[in-house]
Amino acid sequence: MKYPTQKIALAYFACALVLFAAQVTFGLVVGYIYVDPNFLSELLPFNIARMIHTNALVVWLLLGFFGAAYYLIPEEAERDIESPKLAYAQLILLMVGASGAVIGYLFRIHEGREFLEQPLWVKLGIVVAALMFLYNVTMTVLKGRKTAVSNVLLLGLWGVALFFLFALYNPDNLTVDKIYWWYVVHIWVEGVWELVMAAVLAFLLLKLTGVDREVVEKWLYVIVALSLFTGLLGTGHHYYWIGTPAYWQWIGSIFSTLEVIPFFAMVVFAFVMVWKGSRDHPNKAALLWALGCATLAFFGAGVWGFMHTLSPVNYYTHGTQVTAAHGHLAFFGAYVSLNLAIMTYAFPYLRGREPYNQVMNMASFWLMSGGMAFMTFTLTFAGTIQTHLQRVNGEDFMSVQEQLALFYWMRLGSGVAVVVGALLFIYALAVPRREIVAPGETAGAVPAE
Amino acid sequence: MNEGLTKTQARNIFYGGSLFFLVIFVGLTVHSHLYALNTSTNNDQLTESVAAGKRVWEKHSCINCHTILGEGAYFAPEVGNVFVRYGGLDDPEGARETLRAWLVSQPSGVEGRRQMPNFNFSDQELDDLIAFLEWVSKIDTQNWPPNDAG
Repeated sequence: MKYPTQKIALAYFACALVLFAAQVTFGLVVGYIYVDPNFLSELLPFNIARMIHTNALVVWLLLGFFGAAYYLIPEEAERDIESPKLAYAQLILLMVGASGAVIGYLFRIHEGREFLEQPLWVKLGIVVAALMFLYNVTMTVLKGRKTAVSNVLLLGLWGVALFFLFALYNPDNLTVDKIYWWYVVHIWVEGVWELVMAAVLAFLLLKLTGVDREVVEKWLYVIVALSLFTGLLGTGHHYYWIGTPAYWQWIGSIFSTLEVIPFFAMVVFAFVMVWKGSRDHPNKAALLWALGCATLAFFGAGVWGFMHTLSPVNYYTHGTQVTAAHGHLAFFGAYVSLNLAIMTYAFPYLRGREPYNQVMNMASFWLMSGGMAFMTFTLTFAGTIQTHLQRVNGEDFMSVQEQLALFYWMRLGSGVAVVVGALLFIYALAVPRREIVAPGETAGAVPAE
Repeated sequence: MNEGLTKTQARNIFYGGSLFFLVIFVGLTVHSHLYALNTSTNNDQLTESVAAGKRVWEKHSCINCHTILGEGAYFAPEVGNVFVRYGGLDDPEGARETLRAWLVSQPSGVEGRRQMPNFNFSDQELDDLIAFLEWVSKIDTQNWPPNDAG
């Protein structure tokens, strides 16, 4: 850690991990309600539990992004964060909002649109927190060295804040409501968040592989260009069946199919940089998470997204468990893994140690990734059967769901693996014991070059 | 990677191209917004009751179990066409009555069956919610869903 204010990241990451634990725990509850529908049905109905599961996810990912920014901006800008006090005040505001929202949800206090259930005061708090953040990091960057990594990261986070403003607009006409609801939901996860992802990934590869900055940054611009060129009009794949014009079926199908390309480019980018890199960085767990992030994002967002994005396919699969399968692997691969990668990389520096608990951390990677992959497969099978029985044969929704019970049991099992993996990950970072694997004699006593 | 491309060129392509696609996207959004108001939804029939019904729908976060036009939680049936599924095309009054009776009879309490909470709707809320669901069922959704099962 070269700059003292990078330490801010530690507080953000710690809060993010607490919410991560809450998110997967509520995920387990929701998964259990699927197999035992009477469970807690009075105290904690499905809709409330799911709200906490999804909201906790979004908030902890954002806290992770903010933490990542506070960690890497000083190194990129070569100066300390403008105002650490403002950064901590921002964190307190976000945590008050997040805990207020969750407690409110338990008492049925919420707004009613999916993912945007936060009461108005929390939404406004998020806007204020975003402004505090943007002021702080923008000033830091403006007064310091400007790099592609910090430019793209800042642009992404400015986009996050700007598009969130559409969350405040809720017209009475459901079709119009949905058009702008997607301005937040789609343009976040398939637009500006990808900028954050590419920038953080570029930073990690820069540090872990030692590849020349010029090369990394050129890749970065190409990838984020591909993301926005495809992702903006790719919003069209949500405008097929909500009362919007038919031309979206063409635009959405074509551009959202092309959305696979930036994710593929990120995989190639990550692996090529590692192959070309000369640096033997001791933090192997961070490298595993970074490569895993690019790979799982390609499968979750890219391949599983493409599976049901063409409008003639989506006509049958829209709103089935196929969507749930895609959603889980896409979020895990792209954004959960990204956050866990930067945390794994930064924690040893933030705590002034050599990389520690590497084996435990890598075990948590395989446990979480394996669990999430299995969950994706089971939900894909469930969704395929559901599509046939319900959308082709026209069978009643509830009787179809009862026939899917086996898959929901298997999904619950994979969820247990994910929760255990998540707790293991948190333990590996939070409790630095003595486990430090000394680098062995590599077979290459012969120099690689 | 193309050796001919410099970092500055890549950056300019990124900024210029993104702005280009953003402008197209915003333009198409404006068109779609007007299309929704004038063509695909019965905006002139969007009464105060329908609007209040949407707020009832939101107040209880129905979307975190159900889907509406395919979007939501996949845990409970699609409601975009529930009015049609309840026979509202031939007998609107009958469909309203059936929906109302169904809503007030929850939860079913059947063991092993997904439970919908009882939301203690007032008569006014029931009227509004059903008016909203009826209005939604008339949105031109390009013939989605494929059948009445939703």
